[in-house]
Amino acid sequence: MSASSGYYIPHEARWPIVGSVGLFLFFMGFGSFLNDGSLGLPLLLIGAAIIVWMMFGWFSMVVRESEAGTYNGQVDVSFRMAMMWFIFSEVMFFGAFFGALFYARQFSGPWISGDGGGGAAMTNAVLWNGFDYIWPNNGPGKIGDGFAFNQGFTEMSWFGLPLINTLLLLTSGVTCTIAHHAIKDGNHEKMVRWLAATVGLGAVFVACQAYEYYHAYHALGLKLTTGIYGSTFFMLTGFHGFHVSMGAIMLFFVMLRGMKKHFTAENHFAFEAAAWYWHFVDVVWLGLFIFVYLV
Amino acid sequence: MSAYDTAHHDDHDHHGPAPGLTRWLYTTNHKDIGTLYLWFSLLMFFIGGAMALIIRAELFQPGIQIVDPMFFNSMTTMHAIVMIFGVVMPAFVGLANWMIPMMIGAPDMALPRLNNWSFWIMPFAFTIMLSTLFMDSGGPAGGWTLYPPLTLQMGDSFAFVIFAIHFMGISSVMGSINIVATIFNMRANGMTLMKMPLFVWTWLITAFLLIASIPVFAGAVTMLLTDRYFGTSFFSAAGGGDPVMFQHIFWFFGHPEVYILILPAFGVVSSIIPTFARKPLFGYDSMVYATASIAFLSFIVWAHHMFTTGMPLAGELFFMFSTMMISVPTGVKVFNWVATMWRGSMTFETPMLFAIGFVVMFTIGGLSGLMLAITPADIQYHDTYFVVAHFHYVLVPGAIFSLIAATYYWIPKWTGNMYDEKLGKIHFWTSTIFVNVLFFPMHFVGLAGMPRRIPDYSLQFADWNMIASIGAFGFGFAQIIFVWVVYKCVRGGEKATDEVWEGAVGLEWTVPSPAPYHTFEEPPPLAVINKNHF
Amino acid sequence: MSCSTRSVIARLAALIALLCVLPAAYAGYGDALNMPVGVTEVSREVYGLHMLIFKICVVIGAVVFGVMIYSMIYHRKSRGAKPATFHESTTAEIVWTVTPFVILLFMAWPAAKVLIKMEDFSDSEMTVKITGFQWRWHYDYIEEGVDYFSQLHPQHNEARQLGSDTDLAQFDNYIKEVDNPLILPVGKKIRFLHTAADVIHAWWVPDLAVKKDSIPGFINENWALIEEPGIYRGKCAELCGRDHGFMPIVVKAVPQEEYDAFIAEKKAAGQSAHNETTRQWDRAELVARGEEVYNRNCMGCHQQNGQGIPGMFPPIAGSDVATGDIVAHLKTVLNGVDGTAMQAYGTLLSDVELASVITYQRNSLGNAIGDVMQPYFVGQVRDGTSDSAPIASAQADEIDFLKIDDASTESEAGVDKL
Ligand code: HEA
Ligand code: HEA
Ligand code: HEC
Ligand code: CUA
Ligand SMILES: [Cu+2]
Repeated sequence: MSASSGYYIPHEARWPIVGSVGLFLFFMGFGSFLNDGSLGLPLLLIGAAIIVWMMFGWFSMVVRESEAGTYNGQVDVSFRMAMMWFIFSEVMFFGAFFGALFYARQFSGPWISGDGGGGAAMTNAVLWNGFDYIWPNNGPGKIGDGFAFNQGFTEMSWFGLPLINTLLLLTSGVTCTIAHHAIKDGNHEKMVRWLAATVGLGAVFVACQAYEYYHAYHALGLKLTTGIYGSTFFMLTGFHGFHVSMGAIMLFFVMLRGMKKHFTAENHFAFEAAAWYWHFVDVVWLGLFIFVYLV
Repeated sequence: MSAYDTAHHDDHDHHGPAPGLTRWLYTTNHKDIGTLYLWFSLLMFFIGGAMALIIRAELFQPGIQIVDPMFFNSMTTMHAIVMIFGVVMPAFVGLANWMIPMMIGAPDMALPRLNNWSFWIMPFAFTIMLSTLFMDSGGPAGGWTLYPPLTLQMGDSFAFVIFAIHFMGISSVMGSINIVATIFNMRANGMTLMKMPLFVWTWLITAFLLIASIPVFAGAVTMLLTDRYFGTSFFSAAGGGDPVMFQHIFWFFGHPEVYILILPAFGVVSSIIPTFARKPLFGYDSMVYATASIAFLSFIVWAHHMFTTGMPLAGELFFMFSTMMISVPTGVKVFNWVATMWRGSMTFETPMLFAIGFVVMFTIGGLSGLMLAITPADIQYHDTYFVVAHFHYVLVPGAIFSLIAATYYWIPKWTGNMYDEKLGKIHFWTSTIFVNVLFFPMHFVGLAGMPRRIPDYSLQFADWNMIASIGAFGFGFAQIIFVWVVYKCVRGGEKATDEVWEGAVGLEWTVPSPAPYHTFEEPPPLAVINKNHF
Repeated sequence: MSCSTRSVIARLAALIALLCVLPAAYAGYGDALNMPVGVTEVSREVYGLHMLIFKICVVIGAVVFGVMIYSMIYHRKSRGAKPATFHESTTAEIVWTVTPFVILLFMAWPAAKVLIKMEDFSDSEMTVKITGFQWRWHYDYIEEGVDYFSQLHPQHNEARQLGSDTDLAQFDNYIKEVDNPLILPVGKKIRFLHTAADVIHAWWVPDLAVKKDSIPGFINENWALIEEPGIYRGKCAELCGRDHGFMPIVVKAVPQEEYDAFIAEKKAAGQSAHNETTRQWDRAELVARGEEVYNRNCMGCHQQNGQGIPGMFPPIAGSDVATGDIVAHLKTVLNGVDGTAMQAYGTLLSDVELASVITYQRNSLGNAIGDVMQPYFVGQVRDGTSDSAPIASAQADEIDFLKIDDASTESEAGVDKL
């Protein structure tokens, strides 16, 4: 009857404190780096190295324990819940940036151009002298000008790279699912093949995105500093790109474990966690595609 | 009652605590981690309290006598950050760690290693946060609300403040994920959701609030960081952004945050009152639904902090009505507590005293909150000491009292010893009297026009401020009694029985006092569960 | 136990009763206890609303605490009370869900009415634009073309410094006094436009029930129709940095004729200020004026002795800027230093003030460069009709306003302190 008897409770956790120290050094370093402190960069790198070390150590410990059959079904459920809620927290993090984009487009922009209740008309007339609001823009102060707003370009065109990227990610979602079905059939080889395809598609996506950034910076003059458009565009796509990279790395390690035949048809939570994460990244991209590129 | 447990425990002696410092550094035991959280927050309480005393000392008289205005602002800001993120939140996580597994018959938290990490990020977070006070450009001084552009004027320490907040956020989210997974996945067979103690319920909902709101805060401060260091324009009109946008994002987090600080307190009080009334909690189901409604509403009221920012009329009306609505489920809770006391057989040990103090003074704070919700009136109240009075009533005799009550209530279970009841009562009365001397006059000066966040005020406010400052030092002194009681209780005292309190109900009272290092390695039998819930 | 418990409860009851009664008993008495009724229709309605909800809250509190106290007295174990076993009643739950809801409706209705009135900006008869600066207000009578700054009165400013040891009782309105109050006519619907130059401030005058955030880059509106002449004081109500506590507001409401006279006088003064700007000043005059400007505007950061605060605010004494090229010095002050607390004083100070503070910094605070900045030249740099390049060469030619004026090179003692 007892579901919890045999629930694996580790009796020592050395990695968390290592992780804390790593994070601490990393962010202390980052902080002083931002303030041009000379110690900043080395500290940051040491911190990053410790974090990577911690991740390797922690995850391989978990993998070892999992392989040794330490975890029962209930532990598995805990892992699943943790991953689900973690992804939910990430959704809310992106929500903040989508919210900023929405607010800037629907409220601040129109307000500055005189559209809205209260003092909007005066804001436009007195402070911003007839500024005309068309999305995208870099604000009435033309902050970080250089991008040719309203001269042929309306915004980063959705047609072209972004569309290709959308297709890439959607396809990768499919390949990932095929891989999942493969492992559910206990077919490691097939799983590894399709995972390789997924990771490959992710890598191509990141490459395309890098190229798009390059193009934006050098050909279009669109930078992170290009007013609110640059800010929202790069922060949203940038955080997304970072998450794609993380997701691809996760899938890559899952693939390596697949090569070592770590999974079974029933027990392959690591795969599923990475796959959920991948789908989450996918869905965020759809949001980006619609709200950043399309409308 | 606890026979099956102790007997079982003997087989597991090899799982006892590790010796030395590494026990605490590496521990995965929910009780150890709970203890760490609780000690940490007690320490932070004194740090945050010392800052409050600096504030009150400067405000003792009109004129500037002690600190530079910039440092004063820094104290205000840091005081709030320490109290909220360093005291109340970790203390509740500590209670959750200690009590939830025992309350639901689980052997430990669902993810013990993650649990260790959640705690061990906090000391680093506050090392960074507090160290900014010693940096050349000083600590954060733009208020805990961090509104740009003011916050962006901060010197080099700005980046560190933001990162410290990120750390606290990571810790809270991981802690909450753990709590959710524990409650959903680790309940003993037969411990259905509707049999869980309310403390567990309120924490489940709180954890959800945390997971949903903290990342939004992380996003907001990240935007501050990039505005400050990377030239983005989220919060500057010239670039097409808007400083008010920050306020929306912040309060989308900030309002749920204040319920994060109070929902577990509701849970604590809902455990204590039935015990000392010797009568089951009245309206258990409606308590659960009320908590959920409060949580839901908390996401749609945020702009009541922004009634003077120039929102459109429709927005002001919406946020006024939605905010007022929160009084309804909160009222249900208050009425249920009163109904629990009604025709009970009450005794007034220290936990009960603090719980009753909580109900009364939280209600006072809640009612002033309701006044603040009335937009036209809030336009007068906003950013005055009336607001300061409101939130200290819900936070100090609210959240802090509930934490103190919880400590008195459960410390016999933690240490195996009874605390000194007489000192406990003295602690209650000095706290209660001084907390009112401290915060009640703030209503008056606030209404009369004293703005908050000022180091100096005009002479008409002098008397009440002096009284409030006296109250502050009195209240601070009372907390030294608390530490003394806790210390004594940890060191020894009259042995506690397993049940500790005559009317106590719940699985935690079925295990020995002090609770063995591992509890419920075998889940409690169904019969025990069914006997031990409301 | 039972005895002490009883006294405990009695004390608790007394305390709670006190808490409930105190505000009620005092409501409306004394200016340090309750919200002022104010002098506009809106402020009176807000006051009424405030008292209404306050009374409702007191009643709710009294009922809830009353029941609790009754229960604590009569349902005590020491009195032999036996616990009842009831723990549920759907009827009760419905009653205490619906009743508060209905009470809320009674509050929401009048609140909405007042709010709608407050937000009705139509038919205003005049407009004042109010700009918040760190840490002063700028008032701009848009239709009249009259504008000026208003800030904490210098005497109060001195008294409020850390360690000033001033006897504050000598001030009738300690830190509530300004140098130039805002003069407004009674009986007119006045529209206020709120904005800010640096960070968010909030312009709040309780007697007018007017509080609105001043947000940089945005304009907010609200309005007041003052019914009685008088002096109404307020404060900045949004944390705006170091001296947030020291940016008071004084509104002087006067009859229409007096207001018209004030505007006329201001317009004339504008003319004479113009004359001041265009005339030639000598150095002692500029240094004397400059000290006053410095102490009011710059001292907070660069300190009275010009030594600054290490790591935060650079010293003026011996500063490369304040001892180097005078035009570069002017531009630093005119345009501020981006991304630092050193703001652009071009919008804050008049040409005369800028010229004098520059001259002061170069010739006092441990510096003794000896050159002079003339107000009209500030104007030229300001609107771009003159720039550093011609001046740099002009400097070599020693044209008049940069020429070292030997007559006033004697010691600082010759400058009379204000
Ligand atoms: C624990 C924290 C906590 C809690 C629980 C609350 C609870 C509430 N708060 Fe408070 N609040 C804060 C913490 C909290 N608040 C903080 C920290 C700030 C300031 C932040 C800052 O600016 O720094 C703040 C500020 C704040 C403001 C902004 C003020 C301003 O800046 O102008 C408002 C405005 O609406 C508000 C409203 C409310 C309301 C309506 C409730 C309600 O939940 C209260 C509900 C409870 C009751 C009403 C009493 C019990 C009910 C009954 C007995 C039933 C009968 C009642 C009726 C029929 C009415 N709060
Ligand atoms: C949980 C949150 C919490 C808690 C517990 C407290 C507790 C206290 N707060 Fe807090 N406070 C806030 C949250 C909290 N506060 C927030 C959010 C703000 C708004 C900040 C902002 O505007 O940005 C604020 C702002 C705030 C202000 C307004 C500052 C301003 O606007 O400039 C004041 C002023 O009196 C104040 C006072 C106090 C006091 C006296 C206590 C006391 O209860 C503290 C008691 C504790 C102690 C005193 C420590 C114990 C004892 C010792 C240290 C030993 C020494 C003792 C003696 C020698 C006597 N607080
Ligand atoms: C709120 C704080 C503050 C106030 C008030 C202030 N300053 Fe500054 N000032 C600064 C800071 C900070 C710098 C350093 C800027 C930098 O990093 O280059 C500075 C730099 C300067 C410099 C250049 C000094 C140097 O060597 O780099 C001059 C000249 C100056 N200020 C003049 C003034 C004058 C004149 C006033 C008043 C009219 C004034 N300041 C008011 C903060 C202030
Ligand atoms: Cu201006 Cu506060
Ligand atoms: Cu709120």
